[in-house]
Amino acid sequence: MSADVVSATPAAPAAPAGERTRKRRARWYRNPTLIIGAALLFAILFICIAAPLFTSFDPDLQNLEQALSGPGQFGHLLGTDQEGRDTWARLLYGGRVDLRVAFLAVLFPFILGTILGSVAGYFGGWVDAIILRVVDIVVAFPFFVLVIALVFVLGAGEKSIYIAITAVGWVSYARIIRGEILVAKRQEYVLAAQSGGLSNLRIMGRHLLPNVITQAIVYAMSDIVQNMIAIVTLSYLGLGIQPPTPDWGTMIADGQNFLTTQWQLTTIPGLAVVITGLGLSLVGDGLADLLRPGAS
Amino acid sequence: MSTPAGGLQLAVSDLRVEISSNRGVVRAVDGVSLQVAPGEAVGLVGESGSGKSMTLKSILGVLPSEAKITAGQVVLDGTDLTRLSHSRLNKIRGRRIAMIFQEPMSALNPVMRVGNQIAEGPRVHLGMSRAQSVQRALDLMRRVGIPDPERRFRAYPHEFSGGMRQRVMIAIALSCDPELILCDEPTTALDVTIQDQILRLLAHLCRESGTSLIFVTHDLPVVAQICHQVAVMYAGQIVEHGTVAEVFRSPLHPYTLGLLRSAPDVDNPGQSLVPIPGAPPSLIAPPSGCRFHPRCKFAEEDCKVTDPPLRILAAGRATACLHYERCLDEMGAEA
Repeated sequence: MSADVVSATPAAPAAPAGERTRKRRARWYRNPTLIIGAALLFAILFICIAAPLFTSFDPDLQNLEQALSGPGQFGHLLGTDQEGRDTWARLLYGGRVDLRVAFLAVLFPFILGTILGSVAGYFGGWVDAIILRVVDIVVAFPFFVLVIALVFVLGAGEKSIYIAITAVGWVSYARIIRGEILVAKRQEYVLAAQSGGLSNLRIMGRHLLPNVITQAIVYAMSDIVQNMIAIVTLSYLGLGIQPPTPDWGTMIADGQNFLTTQWQLTTIPGLAVVITGLGLSLVGDGLADLLRPGAS
Repeated sequence: MSTPAGGLQLAVSDLRVEISSNRGVVRAVDGVSLQVAPGEAVGLVGESGSGKSMTLKSILGVLPSEAKITAGQVVLDGTDLTRLSHSRLNKIRGRRIAMIFQEPMSALNPVMRVGNQIAEGPRVHLGMSRAQSVQRALDLMRRVGIPDPERRFRAYPHEFSGGMRQRVMIAIALSCDPELILCDEPTTALDVTIQDQILRLLAHLCRESGTSLIFVTHDLPVVAQICHQVAVMYAGQIVEHGTVAEVFRSPLHPYTLGLLRSAPDVDNPGQSLVPIPGAPPSLIAPPSGCRFHPRCKFAEEDCKVTDPPLRILAAGRATACLHYERCLDEMGAEA
C-alpha cells in the first residue's frame, strides 16, 4: 500500500479560471489611474531630485538688482522674488524639502499606528480598550488644529512637524489595522498557527500583518497628500520649514504681497502643490484598485 | 493491535466546556473522558454540534474566546495541559501535538509561500537554521506526495488543488515529528477519491512513525478505514465507546445504531437507509435524563428521569444506554 500512496498523486492544477482572470485584470499596466499618477509623480520627483540639471541658479542666492523680475527676464525662467532669488530654482529645491517631509511624515505614523493597531486588535481586552480611548481622544480634534497646536508648542521646524504629524496621524492607521485584524484573527489559519505553537508576536508579524497591511498602504498614499498640504500650510503660517530653506508654503506666503503685479510668485508654487497632490491621489486610487481583493 | 511501549499517553478526563452566548450558556462538552495510547487512532464521531471539535480544541487550548473549560483535565505524560502557561503550552503545540483542520484553504495562510509555512514549525520548535528547515520542508513535501517540491515550495496556497492543500496541511502537522495528531474532519471538504488518497496517506504516515491520532468526523466509513477505537458523541457527551470492529458489528447504543443505519453499506447494496428522527437537542437546555430519549424508539419512563452514566462493560466496551440489550435484540432479530 505504501507504494500506491506515494504514486497516487494527480498533477496539481493551477488556480481555477476565475482566480486567473481576476489576477490578470488586476495587473498594474491595465490600470490607467495608476499609470498616469505614477508618471506624474515620477516626473515631479525626478525634476526635484535632479534639480541642478534643470536650473543653474542657486535657490538661496539673493540678487536685489534683479528683484521681482518677470518670467524670462535676466534668464530667470519664472522670474524672481522680492530678494531676487530665482523662482524656478526655489520651486525645485523647495519640492525636495516638501516631498521628503511628506514621505517621512507618513512613515512614522504608519509604523506606530500599525504596531498599536495590531496589538489592540489581536489581544483585545483592556489593551484594546486603552488604545481605543486614546484614539477617540485624538480623533475628537480636527487634524489641522491639533497639528498646528502641537507644532506651536514644540517650536517651528522639520522635527516638530514629524513629531506632531506622528502624534496625530497614527490613529487612522491604528483604526484600520485594528479593524482588519479583528476580522483576520477569526480565520482558521490563525487558529492553525496557534495550534502550531507559534508565539503571538510571530503570528501577528508573520501571519496577520501581511494579510492586513494593504489597506494601510492604500490609506498611506492618500495620507501623503494630506501631509503635504499640512506641511505647506504650516510653512505658510510660518510654523514649518524655516527660511532661507526654500519651500512651497513659504513661497506662497511671500508672494502674496505682490499678487497684483507678480501673481506668478504665488500661483506657481500653488499649482505645484495641486499637481503633486493630484499625482499622489491618482497613485493612491490606482494602488487601491490593485491591492484591494476583488476590486477590478 | 499492538501498540509500541512508552511514548505518549493522553488522557482527557471529565472535560467540560461552556460557551456563553446571548441566549444562555451552551454546555458544548459535558463530561467527556478519552484515552489515547501510543500509536493508537481514536475516532470521535457524532452529528454537527455534538462537541467533537470543541473537545479537540480544548486539548490544545485553542478554544474561541467565548468558550471556556470549566472542569476536567487533559493530561499528557502527567502534566495537565489546561493548567499550563501560554509559553509552556506553545512548546507542546505543534511540537508534540499537531492539528489538521477541515478546510485546507482557510487553514493555510493565503499570502505566505507554502514551503515557508511547512518550514516554520521546524525553525521555531526544533531550532533549525533556514537552510535546514527548507531541506526538511522539501523532504516532507516529498513524503506527502507533492510532485516537484522544489518548484511547489515557492507557490501560494491558491495555486494548489484541495487535495494538495490537505497534503500541505499534513506536511505541516508532521513537520516536528509529533506524537499525536488531532484531525478535525480533514477529509470532509474533499471529494471522495481524493478523500481516500488522503486517508491512506495519513494512515500510512502515522503507522510509519508511530504517531497517534484523534480523528473527528461524522463519516462512519472513514472511522472504519483509519481508526482502532471509536467514541460516539451525542449532545456533548460520549454515549458509546469501544473498538471499531466491535462497535460497528454490535452497537450498544440506539444512537450508534441509528448512525450506522443512516449510512450506506457497500456490502449490503439495496438496503434502505433509516434516518434518525428529530433533530439534535439544544445544548442550552438539554432534555432531562438521557439526552437521546426524545429521538429514541426504545425510550422508556426511566430514560426521561435518569441521567445515564457511561457504564464500562466487558472487553473495553462502554455505553450510556440504560437498555442497551434492546440494541442487541434488534441486531439479532435482523440477522
